[in-house]
Amino acid sequence: MKYIKFYKKILVIGGLMSCFNACKKDNYAPPTNKFTGRVVYQGTPLGLKNNNGGTVYFELWQGGYGKSGAINVYFNQDGSFSDLLFNGTYKMVIPTSQGPFMSIENPETHTDTIPLVLTGDKTMDIEVMPYYMINNAKFIIGADSVVTASCSVKKIITDTNAKDIQFVALYVNRTDFVDDNNSFVSNTIAGGDISDMNNLSFTAKIPTNIANANIGVGKQNYFYARIGLKIVGLDDMLFSDVVKVSL
Amino acid sequence: MKKIFFISIAVALLSSACNDKSFLTNEPTSILTTDQVYSSSELAFSVLANLYNGYVDQQTITNWAEFTNFDEAFPSEAGNYWRVQQINYPYNWWSLWNYDYIRNINLFIQNCQASTKLSDGDKTQFIAEARFLRAANYFELVKRMGGVPIITKPLTYDYSGDPTYLQHPRAKESEVYDFILSELDTIKNILPDDASIQDRATKGVCLAMQSRAALYAASIAKYGVNTPSVNLPGGEVGIPASMANAYYEKSRNAALELINSGKYHLYMKHPDDLATNFAALFYDKSNNPEVIFAQNFKLKSGTVEAWTLNNQPRAIAEEAQGGRLNPSLNLALQYEKLDGTYAPFNTDSDYANEGDIFANRDARLAGTFILPGSQFKGQNVDIWAGYILPASNNTIITSNVFGGQAQLPGKNYKEQVVGFSGPIDGLEFSAQTGFYVRKFMDPATGSGQIGTQSEVWWVRYRYAEVLLNIAEDEFELGNNDSAAMYLNQVRLRAGLTIPLTPSEITFDRIVHERRVELAFEGHELFDNKRWRIADKVWNGQQISAQDLFNNIGKASAPNTMIYGMWPYKIYQPGSINDGKWIYKVLKPNEVTAAHNFQLGNYYSQIDQGILSNNSKLVKNPNQ
Repeated sequence: MKYIKFYKKILVIGGLMSCFNACKKDNYAPPTNKFTGRVVYQGTPLGLKNNNGGTVYFELWQGGYGKSGAINVYFNQDGSFSDLLFNGTYKMVIPTSQGPFMSIENPETHTDTIPLVLTGDKTMDIEVMPYYMINNAKFIIGADSVVTASCSVKKIITDTNAKDIQFVALYVNRTDFVDDNNSFVSNTIAGGDISDMNNLSFTAKIPTNIANANIGVGKQNYFYARIGLKIVGLDDMLFSDVVKVSL
Repeated sequence: MKKIFFISIAVALLSSACNDKSFLTNEPTSILTTDQVYSSSELAFSVLANLYNGYVDQQTITNWAEFTNFDEAFPSEAGNYWRVQQINYPYNWWSLWNYDYIRNINLFIQNCQASTKLSDGDKTQFIAEARFLRAANYFELVKRMGGVPIITKPLTYDYSGDPTYLQHPRAKESEVYDFILSELDTIKNILPDDASIQDRATKGVCLAMQSRAALYAASIAKYGVNTPSVNLPGGEVGIPASMANAYYEKSRNAALELINSGKYHLYMKHPDDLATNFAALFYDKSNNPEVIFAQNFKLKSGTVEAWTLNNQPRAIAEEAQGGRLNPSLNLALQYEKLDGTYAPFNTDSDYANEGDIFANRDARLAGTFILPGSQFKGQNVDIWAGYILPASNNTIITSNVFGGQAQLPGKNYKEQVVGFSGPIDGLEFSAQTGFYVRKFMDPATGSGQIGTQSEVWWVRYRYAEVLLNIAEDEFELGNNDSAAMYLNQVRLRAGLTIPLTPSEITFDRIVHERRVELAFEGHELFDNKRWRIADKVWNGQQISAQDLFNNIGKASAPNTMIYGMWPYKIYQPGSINDGKWIYKVLKPNEVTAAHNFQLGNYYSQIDQGILSNNSKLVKNPNQ
């Protein structure tokens, strides 16, 4: 009986000790440096697609730690990003063919690689060269639940790298995640059918029964709308800001 | 005293154990050494058989769900509905990097060469077969990943701390195709030229594979201009357009050599029932003149397959199993009328018999699909969605269980109001598109039982595909006359008696013919990729049934969502229409997303771990 008690004590003490030891030795502090910013063209953030945390990303590379592999940081649909990182020296690069834009040569590296030194929180806008910009996107809901949208499109890259427009489209959705995959009503103008790039307009009627929308049924008197632009030969689309429209 | 006694015994035991050292060199009784294996033809052959087991297929009959990713068919099993609900195809789908398998093949070749006890005949035959499997695997790799390192020797690490000599850069995509074609050139003359060998490498399958591989390379070269961003500067992905014609000619010559050998023919054992003839081509394993290379299965041997078990019509299932693969209306619409015209099914009129709507169609429709109103294993498949009441505003009376009952107006008893195979929307294993699959289905008794299953083989290469390959080659080379001739051979077997004229041969025609002839044989994805139309076919845009009707036979028409077509029985007592059938087109409710094939899907992602291990590899484009 006495022995059993003794062993119990040892077990308890040993258990406690191993707990404390584990906390001290096995774990180290998580990264705390907040690295935030936006992807911009001349200060204006670019609208992108948001699909489970984004589809457009840039890579952060940090040398000297064994196997090579990038940290992928995804852009939100308003062009912003944020990540928690350790202090250190990183190289930042947007992989070619990511996003509806091209990287700009960095004055320091003379490539598209951007050097990044983190010693604490940092906010940084990434300047890029979009193929197009969508300007003056306006949305009005008129009589009979018809959304009327208008915008102008400006071609930014006009040299040999220029790409054509595949289509421009108005998307309307019930939540503020709006893009080509998340919309219950849309209206598309093919690239070849655009006559005046400064004056594009769309109409789309919000159906009374949206049971077949991918987000369920419900009565709602406000919606979110957005204009998207698909560029020939690129996966990622360019979008305007998401705008809330009320019936 | 005791102590001394124990110590002395211990010393005695230890020293005695060490005296006889021969136990350290005993031969193992449960492991065969390399020398033993490669000194016996049977044992070496069993190693080779295992290499045959490693042959990679993307879609195959032992993996039914893979057939439902591309709007060819609907997955009627709750656990697989996600396949019609996801929008983007992940970049790492179809990824393959099986260099362990290639190492095993290379080791096998090396050991066979080194063996002094194998007969020369066995040696050459085994090595040629292993090289065939290696070429087949490189074909599978290049289809999915683009150019990959070509490794033809077993690589071994020397523990020097520097593994860089094991790291090889990716070869050009064209170089991998060239490697495959030249390997096949060499071994086709070593392998037996015997059409009765259908599950091992022969000259026939070398030629068939050459015709397919060269065709792939040719079309990537020709149509790569349509996707300029799917390219790498080092040529790891993408083939220069100037190489297209040489590859088309290579493909044609290989096909021609196979055709001229006269050893293979189109299967034609049931000329009076062309639909059954087409279905039998896949399950008839005795003297089948069309099958060039297949993965074989054998009853009661542990190697059986469950395609029939998984997909049998629920009404006549031998177990509470089946009904999983529902071919889509999208595919059914592609089958022409017997006069060679495209036409949607006429859903405006009513029919005396349930199957009448499918009358006078390409026999491959009924050979590939189990249609409503037809039979499987001699029993009615019982597919109908309910009663429709024209007298009361087309009300539908149906049930949501297999063969469910309800009371029709004017009757005082309940009766069956829906088929025992469905269709019932959202009910798994029911024919949710209105169809079940017939291709590769085994009509033998017991094939639908878990304890028996089926020995129907998985046909990887067959003569009709070679004819379609050469038709495409000839078309691309500008010889429409012979393109039409080869295409018409395949079409004649399908009951399309009006031949296509040379001027009617277009790219759309070629694509269409492959789609209807080779459905559920694993071609759709890779064909659409090599023609560079995959991003147009699966463009992420929702489609309506009307879009489908308007675009029959158009190669790059969007095909992003699955539709179905359900038969209803008219209930109108006293009217001549009573008991007739009408059809309705619908989209299963589980189909919520439009499939989107991104440019980054043209070549699958190389895993980050592989890239980290070998800094000489470059990533695939658009990822």
